[in-house]
Amino acid sequence: MKREVSRDVERVVLTLDVNGEKRDLLVPSHKTLLEVLREDMQLTGTKHGCELGECGTCTVLVDGKPHLSCLVLPIQLEGRSITTIEGMAHGSELHPLQVAFAELGAAQCGYCTPGILLSARSLLEENPRPSRDEIREALAGNLCRCTGYIKILEAVELAAGRML
Amino acid sequence: MLRLPRLKYLRPKTARDAARMATELGPRAMFVAGGTDLFPKLKRRQFDIDTLIGLDFLSRAIRNGSDECSIGAGATLATASRDGHLNARYAGYAQAAGLVSSPPLRNAGTIGGNLCVDTRCNYYDMTYEWRKAAGFCLKKDGDICLVAPSSPRCWAVSSSDTAPMAIALDGVAILAGPDGDRELPVRDLYRDDGIDYLAKQPSEVLTGVRLRAVAKTRSAYVKLRRRGSIDFPIAGAAVAAELDGDTVVRCRIVLSAVASHPLEATAAEDFLKGRTISTDTIREAAEMAAKPAKPLDNADLSHFWRKRMVRVVVEQALAQATTSTGGSVVKLSGL
Repeated sequence: MKREVSRDVERVVLTLDVNGEKRDLLVPSHKTLLEVLREDMQLTGTKHGCELGECGTCTVLVDGKPHLSCLVLPIQLEGRSITTIEGMAHGSELHPLQVAFAELGAAQCGYCTPGILLSARSLLEENPRPSRDEIREALAGNLCRCTGYIKILEAVELAAGRML
Repeated sequence: MLRLPRLKYLRPKTARDAARMATELGPRAMFVAGGTDLFPKLKRRQFDIDTLIGLDFLSRAIRNGSDECSIGAGATLATASRDGHLNARYAGYAQAAGLVSSPPLRNAGTIGGNLCVDTRCNYYDMTYEWRKAAGFCLKKDGDICLVAPSSPRCWAVSSSDTAPMAIALDGVAILAGPDGDRELPVRDLYRDDGIDYLAKQPSEVLTGVRLRAVAKTRSAYVKLRRRGSIDFPIAGAAVAAELDGDTVVRCRIVLSAVASHPLEATAAEDFLKGRTISTDTIREAAEMAAKPAKPLDNADLSHFWRKRMVRVVVEQALAQATTSTGGSVVKLSGL
């Protein structure tokens, strides 16, 4: 532990494709994507949870698939497309999932909501008519300690119906 | 906040280059592919390294031949779990890949990573501060096993879901070293040692695994864990059965999470050979298979209960492999 502090910090120049925009960054190579998004890019919609890959609140999409930003280094994602919750709406027009979550009150504290919305978006892009069990499976990596999940599942179903 | 230690990240272009880098750097460096197990452990300071060697170059392809299936070590667990050919001919393997951890982690975690995943223990998979307060253990920084203090060895648990299935399917691991490649049966990839659990050289890169195709072989994997959506196994059974009608020609049974290595239930395999499959035969074989399992008090839930449940997971896996091509998770009612 003590030896770590005396080590030089290696910084790397990276180009990350985040929400359709390419950004050049100079960041320490040991910073996770979560840390870079929040601290270097000010994209604080991606939430900081357990940091160990268990809660799913830091979920982002990498090439359209849910990944946990606390367990990946930006250097591993060069050339890949990253989508955060800030990239979900089109301008002032919310994504149908966001509308459905707001209408049905599918959030209480809201901390897990960005991750759940992105996991649900990935699901609906692959499977526009998911069953309740398929939604449960797709959201299995995103924990919510407030809602009991029922309203979340209903909101995904409502959005899926509207997006057909 | 749990942050990663200061690290350099190297990006070799080939497995040979990666192996040479690992040889040069020695224990200061580790390989990383998906990172879903390595990064939490680095955050908890379970490894003292200053360099990561990225394995982003690894093949992600799943190639299906008539005699065998070749899976690149960089293939994600999600890809393997959904592959049509794997599901049709190696159902247990696809099921095992699909039962690892949670959906987002399966999108990042790789086949190679799961085969090499570190052994686990309640006294080891904790933060540095927790381990310091409790007293360091044999596996990291200490000189005593906190699970079995009188034992001279570490009893951390093998926690791979795909390794037992790869062994049951006679899988072969392909390793690239600094001077050349070699092949090793997956069963020989592991040692009965919680610390030095892999038989490959630290500098060797696992580049892929090959599964042998045998006609009339059906496989299943059944996993026991507290939360069906994420946890590591606390018991598991991989079964590959070659049948002639209702008669067992050959059956492989390999257990997960009951020892420091995937445990082959050879007595039960010998018992089943030539027998007709029936409920009684399966039950008797499952009891025999469970005997060598010796779970200790170093994983989730009670080890007495886990010991009793080994028979149940083997029974379910045997029933599924001999009656259908699926695998499943044991439902834990009442938890």
